[in-house]
Amino acid sequence: MFNSIVIMLGVGVLVGILGAILGIGGGMIITPVLTLGMGLDIKYAIGASLIAVIATSSGATIAYLRDNVLNLRVAMFLEIATSVGAIVGALLTGVLNPIFLYILFGFLLFFSGANMVRKLWGKNSDQITHTDDKLAKDLRLSGSYYDKNLHKEIDYGVTNVPTGFGIMFGAGVASGLLGIGSGAFKVIAMDTFMKMPLKPSSSTSNLMMGVTAAASATIYFFNGSILPQIAVPLALGIIVGAAIGSRVMQIMPTRLMRIIFIPILLYLGLQMILKGFGVTI
Amino acid sequence: MKTSKPATNEIQAVEQTIGKILRWGVIVAATIMILGLLLYLMNGSLGVATHYHVKNFSELLQGLLTGKPYAVMMTGIFALILTPVLRVVVSIYSFYREHDSLYVVITSLVLIILMASFWLGIEFHL
Repeated sequence: MFNSIVIMLGVGVLVGILGAILGIGGGMIITPVLTLGMGLDIKYAIGASLIAVIATSSGATIAYLRDNVLNLRVAMFLEIATSVGAIVGALLTGVLNPIFLYILFGFLLFFSGANMVRKLWGKNSDQITHTDDKLAKDLRLSGSYYDKNLHKEIDYGVTNVPTGFGIMFGAGVASGLLGIGSGAFKVIAMDTFMKMPLKPSSSTSNLMMGVTAAASATIYFFNGSILPQIAVPLALGIIVGAAIGSRVMQIMPTRLMRIIFIPILLYLGLQMILKGFGVTI
Repeated sequence: MKTSKPATNEIQAVEQTIGKILRWGVIVAATIMILGLLLYLMNGSLGVATHYHVKNFSELLQGLLTGKPYAVMMTGIFALILTPVLRVVVSIYSFYREHDSLYVVITSLVLIILMASFWLGIEFHL
């Protein structure tokens, strides 16, 4: 009992740090630890992952709000798309063949991974757009943040808002239908398509993913998927880890964030495509 | 970009307010979770049958009143689940205070959708 609490606290700190930096939930770490490492049913891994997403989100968002890194307007606008998508996805369970979605979103992850590689090696990597599209202007989505690595205020525009909104809706459908997290897709929608800088993308994703996860949390709370002896130490570790991660991210070079992100996107993409064909890794 | 500066200050004020309240929400949830965890460690068990799980709020309250470690920990988790909701509610209020009616509408829409999925989850286990 004591051992498993200590392990969960430790895993939590790790998941919290990584999740806060990249704007993703830690399902890809938590699931193998619980299923392969501790021999628990996948059902409990899903429950624990859901609580982990909320803990990461709330833990990291405190610092991101205080330091004005995230973009609250973008978050709330896109949240409409994800949460409606999640409900639609849940309603479509059993109606729609998920294989198509798995493959589509698997390739989207690959595409974004490749896009990040291009940004990493390109000469004008991480160039900031200053041209808002019409919707971004009407919704006053453009923002600015102080980059603690570059020691300067970065003003940025937001573009391709309809595409970003569409991807967020699709990501919501996928998360409702397939039960996958959508943190990576949130970052992709903002970074790859809406041309936002990576730090506001990741921190905005952090704020949003908690809201998305909370929407489906009541189901899991009352259906026995949540083992408190697992979820509580995990969440406590994550709150500490996310507090650390949300500070580390701000002083990190954006390039380093991409270097960590790329293999994760490729791994998630491969995992999704294989899952579409019924192979679970 | 001349018009963007006051908008930026306004959004920063909104973010500061939400940040402060969110911090309190997380502190409350963490405190209940730590209490539950300590209770669990002292008792050496969850205080409930092996495959028991809570099915509704009245069961949770009953467990809480009888001081079961399981119920205290689950209450902490529920408090944590409420922190994103708190974030949305405070956002609506803060946008209202800043007279940003467009975002009062957008954020209220998010809250309505969130409430709808809470309800769908509890009623239909969707």
